[in-house]
Amino acid sequence: MALIDLANPTRFLNLTARVLPWLTAATALAFAFGIYLVWAVAPDDYQMGAVVKIMFVHVPNAWLAMGVWAVMSLSAIGTLVWRHPLADVAAKSAAPIGAAFTFLALVTGALWGRPMWGTYWVWDARLTSVLVLFLMYLGVIALWRTVDDPSRAGRAAAILTLVGAINLPIIKFSVDWWNTLHQPASVLRLGGPAIHPAILTPLMVMALAFLLLFVTLHLAAMRNEILRRRVRTLWLMQAQGA
Amino acid sequence: MVALGPHAAFIVTSYVVAALVVIGLVAWVLADYRAQQKLLADLEARGVTRRSKAES
Repeated sequence: MALIDLANPTRFLNLTARVLPWLTAATALAFAFGIYLVWAVAPDDYQMGAVVKIMFVHVPNAWLAMGVWAVMSLSAIGTLVWRHPLADVAAKSAAPIGAAFTFLALVTGALWGRPMWGTYWVWDARLTSVLVLFLMYLGVIALWRTVDDPSRAGRAAAILTLVGAINLPIIKFSVDWWNTLHQPASVLRLGGPAIHPAILTPLMVMALAFLLLFVTLHLAAMRNEILRRRVRTLWLMQAQGA
Repeated sequence: MVALGPHAAFIVTSYVVAALVVIGLVAWVLADYRAQQKLLADLEARGVTRRSKAES
């Protein structure tokens, strides 16, 4: 099957029906292995102690908070430039999932910050820019709900998404550009990871598990959105026929 | 039993909140799928079908 064939919603639905069971199983296996590594194998950090376990949830969610917005930005280009039939379906379906990951990054970050920094929250550049990202997710979701016509909503949301993408490099480099309480990058940095493999390996397995969770949920949510548009079309046909 | 030290409440709360959010996301996707399937079935039961499907 060529990639362009997936532009057809019916073919996309057939593909998701075949792929989703395998993705669900892979996600469950990755989480089972990751949680085993985190709770049975990974050592405590020499400075943080057992609190390092929060990192295995916080960091994957923080990565995905930005990654999902990047996916939405690519979809926005697909909507505005190529008017791809699945592009705004992909963007709309990703937004609530990205908002949930960002919420988790903020909450687990606060729970990690209290024992390590002595406070749940500071208005430093990293924390504030991630809070702005969360508010932008809510804004895009609200925009989708406000405009009734999906194609008009898709174009407006695409523009807002691309404007919001400016925040991604600000989040990534905020710890380098400004003095922040948040530590600099420890994994995705020039010179390689600064974390011992005994802790890095469980972190990467948990990151893979959350990534698989996103792919699974995103495909399922896209399937739901295609069905919702079919229902809308049928309602319109019924109204025109009445 | 894993020893979590003096900050156990923060660690456990992080995992509980993460689990609740993941379960919520899965439940939302499943409930939405069932709702859309039901709406489609109801419409088709009333004879409202897509033209492409009706012609095939």
